Amino acid sequence: MSGKNLNTERRKNVWIFVVCAIALIYLIQLFNIQILNPDYGIKGDGNAFLKRTRYPARGAIYDRNNKLMVSTQPSYDVMVTMREMRPDFDTVAFCKAVNISVERFKYRMAEIKNPKKNPGYSTYTPQTFITQLGNQEYGVLNEKLYQFSGFEIQNRTARKYTNPYAALLLGYVAEADKKDIEKDAYYQRGDYIGKTGVERSYENVLRGEKGVEILLRDSHGRIQGAYNNGQDDVESVPGKNITLSIDMDLQAYGEALMQNKLGTIIMIEPKTGEILCMVSSPTYDPADLVGRQFSENFARLATNPYKPLINRALNGTYPPGSTFKTTQGLTFLQEGIISPETAYSCYHGWPLGNGRPACHGHPSPLSLVQAVGMSCNAYFSWGLKAMLDNKKYGSVQAAMDKWRDYMVAQGFGYPLGVDVPGEKRGMIPNSSYYDKVYKGRWNAFTVISIAIGQGEVTLSPIQICNLAATIANRGYFYTPHAVKAIQDTVLDTLYTHPHYTGIDAKNYETIAAGMRWAVAGAGGTCHVANISDITVCGKTGTAQNSGKDHSIFMGFAPMDDPKAAVLVFVENGGFGATYAVPIGRLMLQKYLKGEIPPSDQALETRIKNSVILRNVIQKK
Amino acid sequence: MSYRKNSLLKRPDWLTIAIYLILVITGWFSIYSAASTYDATSGGSFFDLQGRAGMQMLWIWISLAVGFSLLMIECNWYEVFATWIYMLIMGVLLLTIFIAPNIKGSHSWLVLGPIRFQPAELAKFATALMVAKCMSAYQFDLLKMRNFTTVISMIFLPMLLILMQNETGSALVFLSFFFVLYREGLPGAILLCGISAILFFVLNVRFANVFWGQTTVGECLVLALIILFSWGFLYNHPKHREHLKYMVYALLGMLLVSAIVDWWLPVFDWCWTLNIYIALMSVYLLVLFVYYRSYNYLWIALFALGAIAFSYSVDYVYDEVLQAHQKTRIDVALGMIEDPNGAGYNVIQSKIAIGSGGLTGKGFMRGTQTKLKYVPEQDTDFIFCTIGEEKGFVGATVVLLLFVGLILRLIYLAERQSSAFHRIYGYIVAGILFFHILVNIGMVIGIMPVIGIPLPFFSYGGSSLLSFTILLFIFLCFDASREYK
Repeated sequence: MSGKNLNTERRKNVWIFVVCAIALIYLIQLFNIQILNPDYGIKGDGNAFLKRTRYPARGAIYDRNNKLMVSTQPSYDVMVTMREMRPDFDTVAFCKAVNISVERFKYRMAEIKNPKKNPGYSTYTPQTFITQLGNQEYGVLNEKLYQFSGFEIQNRTARKYTNPYAALLLGYVAEADKKDIEKDAYYQRGDYIGKTGVERSYENVLRGEKGVEILLRDSHGRIQGAYNNGQDDVESVPGKNITLSIDMDLQAYGEALMQNKLGTIIMIEPKTGEILCMVSSPTYDPADLVGRQFSENFARLATNPYKPLINRALNGTYPPGSTFKTTQGLTFLQEGIISPETAYSCYHGWPLGNGRPACHGHPSPLSLVQAVGMSCNAYFSWGLKAMLDNKKYGSVQAAMDKWRDYMVAQGFGYPLGVDVPGEKRGMIPNSSYYDKVYKGRWNAFTVISIAIGQGEVTLSPIQICNLAATIANRGYFYTPHAVKAIQDTVLDTLYTHPHYTGIDAKNYETIAAGMRWAVAGAGGTCHVANISDITVCGKTGTAQNSGKDHSIFMGFAPMDDPKAAVLVFVENGGFGATYAVPIGRLMLQKYLKGEIPPSDQALETRIKNSVILRNVIQKK
Repeated sequence: MSYRKNSLLKRPDWLTIAIYLILVITGWFSIYSAASTYDATSGGSFFDLQGRAGMQMLWIWISLAVGFSLLMIECNWYEVFATWIYMLIMGVLLLTIFIAPNIKGSHSWLVLGPIRFQPAELAKFATALMVAKCMSAYQFDLLKMRNFTTVISMIFLPMLLILMQNETGSALVFLSFFFVLYREGLPGAILLCGISAILFFVLNVRFANVFWGQTTVGECLVLALIILFSWGFLYNHPKHREHLKYMVYALLGMLLVSAIVDWWLPVFDWCWTLNIYIALMSVYLLVLFVYYRSYNYLWIALFALGAIAFSYSVDYVYDEVLQAHQKTRIDVALGMIEDPNGAGYNVIQSKIAIGSGGLTGKGFMRGTQTKLKYVPEQDTDFIFCTIGEEKGFVGATVVLLLFVGLILRLIYLAERQSSAFHRIYGYIVAGILFFHILVNIGMVIGIMPVIGIPLPFFSYGGSSLLSFTILLFIFLCFDASREYK
């Protein structure tokens, strides 16, 4: 027997080899699934962890006098986890509780299960069934919730508005769409995001930080409690409150004056650049774009031919008309083209242009102060021709570009950087623009209408108001901004550093005197703005337009210690004096005096009651 | 023969005992972790008898007591009583089929009051003793047909009885006895036949529905392998190698003819060629057998013909004999069906659990997949998942290497026995452990089909732990009292 063993003893090596080979194969497989392939770990986490978002409360918004404008209110989303629904689910009772029809219930269920409409669908995770449940339905459902296995209530917050004003300035909040989610990984389906206005520009401040609660889910989809005793959960951080520079009462008053009219009122505190009010008409009640009626109301507003969702203060660009003459006077003075004493003649128009641009009846010749006060078209045509033809620039192109630089320095041609989104840049032409349009064959006569704010020049209302603030400051401006303070945060330096235009203060004094003449001087164009105890400076404008002219007033007061700059723009309001000036007068009184004196109450009533709505053919 | 008496003074192999203890204790911690819920505060106390961990602790103490008792008692009597033990256990197995209650379709549990026990577990050590005794008998020769049949019957009897209890996994364990048969001189050809059988089965089933033109890929591959194996046998039989050359030429010629026929006849099946070739080859081998009077040619011919018969009966077995769940398991294991929620669920989840452990694991009691019951049978057959998830690649490797170390140590110990009975018994123990580890860990990491057998010393369950302990410690007792030369 031992002899035979000698033959087979070698066979133990075969077995040792086989055992080691198998062990090696298994180790390779272990290495493969544990180290090389990350899928298993990801799948494991997907199995076990249910990450439930903790939504922060959005920051509140106050006005400059710390009056609450926007706050949050509890809101309830109804969520459903399909896998946890029992076969004995009482659809009828559920529909009754949340006040929807059974058809609606079936429709929503089908919608949720449709992977095309709901790409992230899973039977394991809660899906939004109803958003922003009404308070009453919440009460009923909450009481009976135990009957409806699979359904739960997710606490959210919704916007609550103290007053129905400033909708376009504040903006609205809505569910983040695909674009928002692609742009910023912070957002997920069902999250809310500020879409327009301050809500959008201060979204990162207002939204706070979402938290997360990590729950453990077993193989049957049941929640087995917190992961790691909640140690890895993240609390949500509530959004920061912001204080607007807006005066709520002033804003409300402006909106009242602008009712049934199209246009905008902007007031800026020149010393800080703070926007005191930003009225854009027509507007809407911000509460309309909250909650379940959002889509219905949004569709109504979006199809309204007067475009109530557009903030005209920023979004519209118009020829600035005569208000632009102030910028011309400043440029010519600074460039030494004219002196304050320079006088030009006018015979119902510019003599060199054969009476074009035409002008209205006034004494001739006029000095600069008078020309601003009486809004002489000829004066500024003379001035622009003198500048463009001046040999010191070498060519008309060089002169034109110099002119353009002055305009840009005064805040035109580019967005100012206002902290409310939607600002348009407007148009300041330069020499290459004209070279292109006129194929290099142009001169002062070709472009002369820009001297009086017509032609190629367009500004946005906020740029015109900023011009008034710059003149009030005699040469500098702060970028206009609507947010005065952010909780625990220092305001962007953009809003706390002055921008100098490079034009001397003494030249501004001359223009300010001209604007004072317009209000109080002989033949001035905006006598209506003359308030007995306030030294108002102003300038009217009439922007030509395909329909009836737009009526513009820009001004500031008091003259020597300006507290407010104002811009009123009434679309199709006719001459500046007709609508814009009286509205400016009322706004200045409201802000500076806090009330409207009895003598002006008739005017106030007339303005409030007048209706100027462009005839719009509504598209079917 | 002078065995040392007084067993406390015997010198047991402490290395094996150390590995055993480490495995049992690690196993207990894994069960404790797998059986408790994620929130540790709601889990039972470590020694709560109500919980599975507590029960397992009790079994560990019982096993240790039994194990060390076995070390201390005289071990001559095993050889004497092996036949009686074997017959007793076979009787119990037979009885179990009729009196055991139906637990998940299996009739393998004996219920005695609060204790449930699987006699199939004891059959391992009883059969081990029996086979060892039989094979170590004087003048035993495995190559003698009578002896060979006796041993094979001893192995197949418990296998059959356990199959009748519907415990396929435990029955398959008895295949591990071939481990020792090979060591003791079973011709490699027989083992090769066995391996070919498995290989042919897998190929046939796996590629039954894959075609090259009119040719079934599975069948074609099997026929090709039969030819190659036959040639291999011929090559190993160095006389008259020129005949092998003729056979190769013959096949090449036939393939050439087939290619021409295939060109004209688009519905040609290449299996025809191979079948005809094997038939002709067998006839040729029979002629050689008659001419040279060498039985080797007969065996090779029989192998070729038998293999063809086997491969054509596979379809029948697969379709008619196997039960639906067994077919599904085979299909999933062979990657023929992908079914994450059905039969493949267990394996997918166990791979996720192990894979999510990474290099160093999630930490004791911190495995989410096992805690949240994603892995089924996680404290019994799938216990290795807990190690993989909570201790990571490092832990899984250590456990695997401990098992390998134990098996290699047992082979070493077996080889140093002077008594054939002891050596054969030792090999059987190593073989049984190897088979369990091969199948269990292979299943958990997705290499083997799902066959429900426990991981030795790890899986929850008293019968399994106790039977492995008895199996191992009897051998340690043999080793400790071995005769020193």
